[in-house]
Amino acid sequence: MQYLLFINTSPDIDPTQPAEKEPLDIEDWVAQMDARGVRTFGDRLQPAVDATTVRVRKGELLVTDGPFVEGKDYIAGIDIIECENLDEAIEIARLHPMATHGNVEIRPFWVWEQ
Amino acid sequence: MGAVAPAVARAHREEWGRIVATLIRVTGDWTLAEDSAQDAFEQALARWGTDGVPSNPGAWLTTVAKNKAIDRIRRSATERATLQEVMVMESDDDELDDRLRLIFTCCHPALTLETRVALTLRTVAGLTTTEIARAFLVPEATLAQRLVRAKAKIRNAGIPYRVPPGHLLGERLPGVLAVLYVLFTEGYSASSGERLLREPLAEEAIRLARLLAVLMPDEPEVAGLLALMVLQHARRAGRVDAVGDPVSIEDQDRGLWDADAIAEGNRLLRAALRLRRVDRYQLQAVIASEHASAPSWPQTDFRAIVRAYDDLARVDPSPVIALNGAIARGIAEGPAVGLLRVDLVADRLPGYYLVPAARADFLRRLGRGEEAARQYELALGLAPSEAESRFLQRRLAEVTARG
Repeated sequence: MQYLLFINTSPDIDPTQPAEKEPLDIEDWVAQMDARGVRTFGDRLQPAVDATTVRVRKGELLVTDGPFVEGKDYIAGIDIIECENLDEAIEIARLHPMATHGNVEIRPFWVWEQ
Repeated sequence: MGAVAPAVARAHREEWGRIVATLIRVTGDWTLAEDSAQDAFEQALARWGTDGVPSNPGAWLTTVAKNKAIDRIRRSATERATLQEVMVMESDDDELDDRLRLIFTCCHPALTLETRVALTLRTVAGLTTTEIARAFLVPEATLAQRLVRAKAKIRNAGIPYRVPPGHLLGERLPGVLAVLYVLFTEGYSASSGERLLREPLAEEAIRLARLLAVLMPDEPEVAGLLALMVLQHARRAGRVDAVGDPVSIEDQDRGLWDADAIAEGNRLLRAALRLRRVDRYQLQAVIASEHASAPSWPQTDFRAIVRAYDDLARVDPSPVIALNGAIARGIAEGPAVGLLRVDLVADRLPGYYLVPAARADFLRRLGRGEEAARQYELALGLAPSEAESRFLQRRLAEVTARG
């Protein structure tokens, strides 16, 4: 079986100040799961405020700032793309069939300092 | 010494956007670009008094801003490559492109409209956060936070610093024009906030539209928006009375209107219409042109205005446009027609004060004073500003006295 883990948080939580003791910190967790051969890919994302949501309605592109979440919305799938900039990401997202039926939320990956 | 502050202010108006745009292109760092430009203007204030105003203030400011940027980069640990690029930075060849790049980036659709407006005012026009916060009646801290957030999003989300390529331009231009239009109407309508602070917003919008028109001379949308703004702005001196209350166009002293600006607006509009791609701004400009060019209120060509509103309603089916069209038709075809037309759109504008105000006006013209008074009272309860309330109060007093 393959599983997708969504790592969720809220703006009120500061992960650098854990409320209780963590069993493993993130480096140890990644190292352990990689060693077990169970972790295929994982990375941190930029905060939700850096999201851009793409929808296509009646053939027209609608681009909005931030996540587009309505009560019953749920994540139906994921794709990871590598491209030049946000304009290209929007061009790619608008071609996805679910942009016409639902929406595609573009979330940039975290940029790790060298 | 006395000439220094105006010279710096003038250079600020003319050069700020260009200097910031070039520094952003070269460094990719919006804050560094703004801070270095700010340093340069502060140095100008300090130095031009003793050294005299340089013969080419733009070049002087660019050199100082560039050196300030180099200092800042040296002090921080930014990569050497950036430093190299700033050292060889040139702006002369593509300064127009730089500013256009900056405008399109500030107006990217992945930013909210209010953020786009604030960012354009700060980065392209060089207004301070204090000025922008006061103009839009938000706390300065909120506005500053919004700008910080916007720059973080541009960086984190990878919003490109460029004029969109041809195949995206058609989609992106309306977003830029929408920002300029919001800037202009905020300055023009003075619906809230301090009037004195708002007129410069309208002027800034016109200046940016002129810039855009130079850069994109074949876009009728740009020329149409510029024509609309120039024509509206031409009437500014007649729009308010001595105490700052609005004067309805019917009663405005046309001698106060700026005839040169009206002529310019009409020229711009004709040029836009010749390109044969009519849009909402050009149609609104047609309406503004008919009003501004008429020698008096009774000599206004209301049939032409009604035709423009009909065309406009097809492009923009918004109820406010429909209401204005109904009012124009009432003036062209008589108050009874106007009343009927206003009733047809009223349901789509609940709580909008201009609906009862328009009804009241047509009832007044029909001699139905009591009904008019009731509608003026309704409008008074919904009026957005004290100036509007005073206008409605005067009319209410008139119909009650006559009643």
